Amino acid sequence: MEIILAIIIGVLYAAGIYMILRRSLVKLIIGIILLGNGANLLIFLLGRITEGAPPIIPENSKVFLEAYADPLPQALILTAIVISFGLQSFAIILVKRAHKVVKTDDLDEMNATDEDS
Amino acid sequence: MLAAILLGFLFAILLVFTGKFFRGKLAVLSAIIPGALFAYFASFIPEIASGEIISRTYQWVPAFGVDLSFKLDGLSLLFSLMITGIGFLVFAYTASYLKGHKYLDRFYGYLSLFMAAMLGLVLSDNIISLFVFWELTSISSFFLIGFNNSNPASRKSALTALGITGFGGFFLLAGALLLGNITGTFTISEMLGMKEAIAGSEYYILAVLFIFVAAFTKSAQFPFHFWLPGAMKAPTPVSTYLHSATMVKAGIYLLMRFTPILGDQEFWNTSLIIVGGITMVYSAIHALFRTDLKGVLAYSTISALGILVFLIGLGTKGAFLAAAVFIIVHALYKATLFLVTGIIDHQTGTRDVTRLGGLRKIMMPVAIAGILAAISSAGIPPSIGFLGKELTYEASAHAETFTVIIVIAIVLTKILLLWAGFVAGIKPFVGKLPEAHKDVKAPGFLMWGPAIILAVLGILFGIFPKLIESALVKPVVLALGADASDYHLALWHGFNTVLLLSGITIAVGILLYFFVKPSIKLENRIGKLEFISPKSILEKGTHYFGVFSAFWTNVFQNGYLRNYVTTIVLFLVVLVSYILFGTAGVTIDYSKLSQVTAYELVVAIILIAGVFYTVFTKSRLAAVAAMGVVGLAICLIFVFYSAPDLAMTQFSIDTLTVILFVLVLYRLPKYLSLSDYKMRIRDGILSVSLGAIICLLALQVLAEPTNSEISDFYAENAYKMAHGKNVVNVILVDFRGADTLIEISVLAIAAIGVFGLLKLRLKSTDRSQ
Repeated sequence: MEIILAIIIGVLYAAGIYMILRRSLVKLIIGIILLGNGANLLIFLLGRITEGAPPIIPENSKVFLEAYADPLPQALILTAIVISFGLQSFAIILVKRAHKVVKTDDLDEMNATDEDS
Repeated sequence: MLAAILLGFLFAILLVFTGKFFRGKLAVLSAIIPGALFAYFASFIPEIASGEIISRTYQWVPAFGVDLSFKLDGLSLLFSLMITGIGFLVFAYTASYLKGHKYLDRFYGYLSLFMAAMLGLVLSDNIISLFVFWELTSISSFFLIGFNNSNPASRKSALTALGITGFGGFFLLAGALLLGNITGTFTISEMLGMKEAIAGSEYYILAVLFIFVAAFTKSAQFPFHFWLPGAMKAPTPVSTYLHSATMVKAGIYLLMRFTPILGDQEFWNTSLIIVGGITMVYSAIHALFRTDLKGVLAYSTISALGILVFLIGLGTKGAFLAAAVFIIVHALYKATLFLVTGIIDHQTGTRDVTRLGGLRKIMMPVAIAGILAAISSAGIPPSIGFLGKELTYEASAHAETFTVIIVIAIVLTKILLLWAGFVAGIKPFVGKLPEAHKDVKAPGFLMWGPAIILAVLGILFGIFPKLIESALVKPVVLALGADASDYHLALWHGFNTVLLLSGITIAVGILLYFFVKPSIKLENRIGKLEFISPKSILEKGTHYFGVFSAFWTNVFQNGYLRNYVTTIVLFLVVLVSYILFGTAGVTIDYSKLSQVTAYELVVAIILIAGVFYTVFTKSRLAAVAAMGVVGLAICLIFVFYSAPDLAMTQFSIDTLTVILFVLVLYRLPKYLSLSDYKMRIRDGILSVSLGAIICLLALQVLAEPTNSEISDFYAENAYKMAHGKNVVNVILVDFRGADTLIEISVLAIAAIGVFGLLKLRLKSTDRSQ
């Protein structure tokens, strides 16, 4: 399964970068989201995957009795998902706003600091 | 002593608040400050003359060995007296010269800032604090040269001067650090005892080179000399004070200060003789080709500085003596000539020497000052200039090698300097008064007073050399590491070669003065050679450097996001694949990997299909929906592999993102397809290679052993310490609670940003665009 996950990660990275390299702003955001998903999965995979053993201490015990999934990468990814949501929502609104003001979706036409140039 | 140095800074700060009082009649009162300081330093003369050294140390940055330690010996005393004494006269002179100027208070602020920095420079015993004061003098000089900041030439000269002296300051810092490294101390007086160790160090040459560049830039030695003529754009009091009497001598001071530490080595002496020799002859010749009085004076100042460097290079006791006397000589006559030039410029409105003459009829006191200074400059007895010249000749005649060349060079320089002194000090006052200047008014006492005081001192010290002999000159020689107590300054040394040389100099010089008059023709002639001067070479160099920088910046900072991303990704791919395939090699341990079940395979296929659909669909809505599918598939992967919290978060966030996208989708731009076929192929290859590299990298990392120390700690203590059973939750809200708080703040900021963007109403002017 690790190989399949690694391929999925590769596909997500490739798709993410490909979309970021496009000139359309909407594609840029989609690219960032795909790339973010790829990164989350990469951390998840590198923390070693364990099937059917969530990092929750059993009901009547104070410590783990058997093997458990590594909680650390999970905590990291959880943070990353939430933060990337902040970024995405801001980016989506910014694109909408920028489109309204400069009337273009082409990144190449937005590379000047002054609106009128 | 610290108070004495800080006084100038304090006064500069005070002027910020009380400036308007000093703009008017009270301006002359500011001269009290340098005057009082002069008296303070003069009170040390008896102690210093008896061979004492006064030091004060205040801790500044003890951890780095950087202290505000000050040392007053013969050398510092001479410079301190020059700084405060000439400072006093210049402050008084300025009150009249810039009377009623809108920014007179500002001018005084810069001047006293400079004075304080210069005092700090010559009194510092710590090479790092010396560097700090050194830079402060460069900065105040920049402001003073650019004082007429509405004049573009003035601004350009200020920048050139700052550039050259700042460049030298950088080398001073490098030299200071190197010396500190060799000796283990930054205190100059402690370095004195380590002369042998420094000379034996492998970094000796480098340290000396650094100090040389610093001194040569500051003291305008060839080929760094050209900033000084440019600095003449400053008001004349500044030229008098900074660019002839004090600041440009900071380099000389530095060389003298380090003579007992770095000197007496062949490299040191030879370089100084060569550079000083070239400078003195080169710029003395240049002075012949100027018509602007200040231009003549600027080049003769550079030439005089060259003589000083040359004398330090000779390195004999006689040369040190000559240098000490010549510093006094030059400060007195050159400051006078500058003040006189300033008066002429102020009263007649021109400094063009070809249009000046006969002014003695209008301003007799100024003419007296000018003529006395010219006599001293020419080295005609009984002026102190004569003493200085005799000593210089004597030192040159005793040079060990190339004696003939050295003597010829110095005599030639002195002849030309005599000419320059006569042109500046005598020419404007003799002959016929031009019609245009018939109505010129006589200057006030505040203007000619300082000039005449300096000029008279130059003669007085010549007649009674005892006045300065043991008080000023000998302590300087002592500070340079030689003992001159057996020597006596006197005008008359009997008939000898030196006197003959003096006679030749004066005779030829006066002849030259009568036969060669400054003229536009001469000035134009040298103008033709301008293109090979160090100045124009440097200017061209900077120009092409700018062109190259602009080109280079445009290559990298081209304003296209995809180019930046391409560069980053390409670099990453090349670097990682080099390490991965070049050194490590990819190995996959299949035995450690887990089995694949049918439903996992289905999810993976859905996910990859979703990604492809997102990328290749032509519809925005479809892309967003496919992206949602990808997110949900990832959510399922989290479920399979024991991450329920992640699954829940991913599910809600993914849903929210899709909803948000769809909500604003109808306002979003159309799904454009802007790239052409070739670009897509190129980007595709790049993206796929990145994906492949990441994939291989991930597999490679999986083969490496892990360290689960931190995870074990959390798992172990989640219930024991934090009383929670869901370890992921415990990490987030307990162990790393502060991080989570900050994360929430980030989200809050993003939310405020979103709200702001939604509610923002553009002004009508913005909207119209």
